[in-house]
Amino acid sequence: MADEYLEVPPELSRNVFLTTLDTVYNWSRRSSLWPMMFGLACCAIEMIAVAASRYDLARFGMEVMRPSPRQADVMIVSGTVTKKMVPQIVRLYNQMPQPRYVVAMGACATGGGPFKEGYNVVSGVDKFIPVDVYIPGCPPTPEALLYGMMRLQEKIKRQSVKTVPWYRKERDDIPVPVLGPDILDLRRKEEIKKISAQLADSEKYLERLETKTTQKA
Amino acid sequence: MAQAQSAVATESLPYNDVIPGAVVGRDGEALIVNREKLLELARYLRDHEGYDYLSSVTGVDNLTHPKRQGVERFEVVYHLYSTKRGGGPLVLKARAPEDDPEIPSVVSIWPGADFQEREIWDLFGVRFPGHPNLRRILLWEGFNGHPMRKDWKEAYYEEEHKPYSSRWPYGHYPREEYKYPWQEERAVYKDNLVFPKGFDPDRWQAPEVEYRLGQDIYRELEKLKTDRIIVNIGPQHPSTHGVFRMVVALEGETILGLEPEVGYLHRNHEKIGERNTYLMNIPYTDRLDYINSMSNNLGYVLAVEKLMGKVEVPERAKYLRIIMAELTRVLNHMFAIGFLLNDLGAFFTPALYALEERELILDLFEAASGSRMMCNYMRPGGVAYDVSEEWVAQAKKLVFERLPRAVDELDYYLTENEILLARTKGVGYLSPEDAIAYSTSGPVLRGSGVPYDIRKVEPYCIYDRFDFDIVTEDGGDVYARYMVRIREARESLKILRQALKDLPGGPVIGKKKYTFRIPPGEAYQRIEAPKGELGFYLVSDGTANPYRYHVRSPSFINLTALGPMCVGHKVADSVGILGSIDIVLGEVDR
Ligand code: SF4
Repeated sequence: MADEYLEVPPELSRNVFLTTLDTVYNWSRRSSLWPMMFGLACCAIEMIAVAASRYDLARFGMEVMRPSPRQADVMIVSGTVTKKMVPQIVRLYNQMPQPRYVVAMGACATGGGPFKEGYNVVSGVDKFIPVDVYIPGCPPTPEALLYGMMRLQEKIKRQSVKTVPWYRKERDDIPVPVLGPDILDLRRKEEIKKISAQLADSEKYLERLETKTTQKA
Repeated sequence: MAQAQSAVATESLPYNDVIPGAVVGRDGEALIVNREKLLELARYLRDHEGYDYLSSVTGVDNLTHPKRQGVERFEVVYHLYSTKRGGGPLVLKARAPEDDPEIPSVVSIWPGADFQEREIWDLFGVRFPGHPNLRRILLWEGFNGHPMRKDWKEAYYEEEHKPYSSRWPYGHYPREEYKYPWQEERAVYKDNLVFPKGFDPDRWQAPEVEYRLGQDIYRELEKLKTDRIIVNIGPQHPSTHGVFRMVVALEGETILGLEPEVGYLHRNHEKIGERNTYLMNIPYTDRLDYINSMSNNLGYVLAVEKLMGKVEVPERAKYLRIIMAELTRVLNHMFAIGFLLNDLGAFFTPALYALEERELILDLFEAASGSRMMCNYMRPGGVAYDVSEEWVAQAKKLVFERLPRAVDELDYYLTENEILLARTKGVGYLSPEDAIAYSTSGPVLRGSGVPYDIRKVEPYCIYDRFDFDIVTEDGGDVYARYMVRIREARESLKILRQALKDLPGGPVIGKKKYTFRIPPGEAYQRIEAPKGELGFYLVSDGTANPYRYHVRSPSFINLTALGPMCVGHKVADSVGILGSIDIVLGEVDR
């Protein structure tokens, strides 16, 4: 039995360390996650508080906030995603190098939050870009954000270099939405075309959606 | 006969002796102005009556107001003040019918109307002939319709007013006939989308956007042979304090023109506010200027109280309101200074000093209200919760010992710093006349040497009981605004010391109420928020929901002066000048 193991010379036994490739790979990636310096709304203020002295994001190797998406690993979507802003968010996401992660911080980024019904608000950033961790709260406390980032680290820990998608040829970039009469997700183009053609003459549509010029009595 | 009568009536109205036919009636306090004579009257008011400060311009859509059936549909409301005399407003209203929504622009008289008129065009679709740059400001060119009109319905529209019958009285549980609990499922496009009838995505072409600076400056530059370039800063840029974009025309490094482009955080605060009940709006105001939620609460509840008429506020609540509002001011000014230094290149260290104190103040807020940032603390008629003995002891310790030292420390490290002086002195100059003309407020106005502080000139709450000074600096540059903030933080601490010492006992709110029936009418209440004049304009039609809800936000209107202040400076200075205005995008875009 004993000769199945590798023979380690005594002078090396304290210096050589055997582990799996995945462990080292994931350990190094998750210990230096650089967030993008990217604040959208109120939640961004709590994100700043996390970076400051009391909560100190630096303990997790995440203090290096990068203003450029090209150098960032994780995008913390901290705040309300509006229709006017979402083309830029998608573009920033596309510009991030792989592997890239997205954390939706707060109720707004998760599902629209208190402003969901607003005409300029996107009901959650996951309508456009894939999200890894959702953090509830309005705003999430700094502790909640820290916990969310730790969950992201756990997620990274479970990934394997053999199955991760970013060594494949095809890129998974997302088409940048267009600001038309309303935000136009190019992936849903055909569907939208169909619905508006269908609804063009239906009563329901006229009643609910047309900006009708009501004549006053 | 009828004509003769109305002639008699109009002659008794003010200003008609000078400009015949200018004022055609009264609506409460407001004077209704004939839109043809608006410019003439405005010029007269500015030049001869001293109304030099146009505080707020906003639109109202009268379509469904029960008391206003039969009057013209669109109404633009102007609130004028005098910086010399102080005191209350002169309210003007100009009306336009639905088929001809046009009102002459007053930008030539009060340049501060610039952004506000653009906002009205954007949200109500009222045109302003004579405006130099009338295009959409919060939404984008090509947007479908004008959303603040009463007949414009968003994709997730359910009913006119909350609480919606699908959620009431069973809370979130959907009623039987609502098979689909999610708004997405009910919406036509299965998402928050509204497209015009028969919209074809393939044939969509975005309209051209023409920037004003492009027009003027290009014409100038045709004659010279130089390199000019247009640079976009933002909306994702580390120094724009959030999602804000500046379109800058440069020659080399020198700024020839700058135009702010906002709306990236337009969260439809006003539309949602008009569906909400009065009470439901309080937590939304937290999210306007999210650094100072307490003072937003205060402004809103004061406006509601004004509408309600006589409201008794217990003594202890009056003091607590002042204490919270002034703590916020200290917090905001330290934060602003920290981030101004960030913009000037001292990355994060001064901000860390500010954030350290902020945490301590937030602890107090959390203990009082239950939340660090979004306090939702004030109520019409008092404050929501009382504070404990320990809270007061802790606040005293902070206010008497720690915060004065912290302000002194910032002052000691920064004020004499050579780099700070070099980067701020003489940069971004705004003359007192311009500061008034552009309707700036708060530290920007006082940094230009205009002693105008609403706590003194039109006192609200119990500010008249405390001893404090209006802080002004004559420089008119970034340095002056910085100094105003340092000194104002000290004045706030002075108020806090007095308020904490005299804090009486007793209840903090009368009987708690959950709905308010508010008599029909309208009110404009402004307070001196840390960033400037924060005004709430409410129109009530007698129901539990505001008919019109408008926020006059200081950051938004202070931005009007950004372009003129930056011209002639280097592009790196524009970032510092922006930092000295101290904007918060939640409030700019609402
Ligand atoms: S979740 Fe709440 S705190 Fe965060 S951005 Fe949305 S409204 Fe602001």
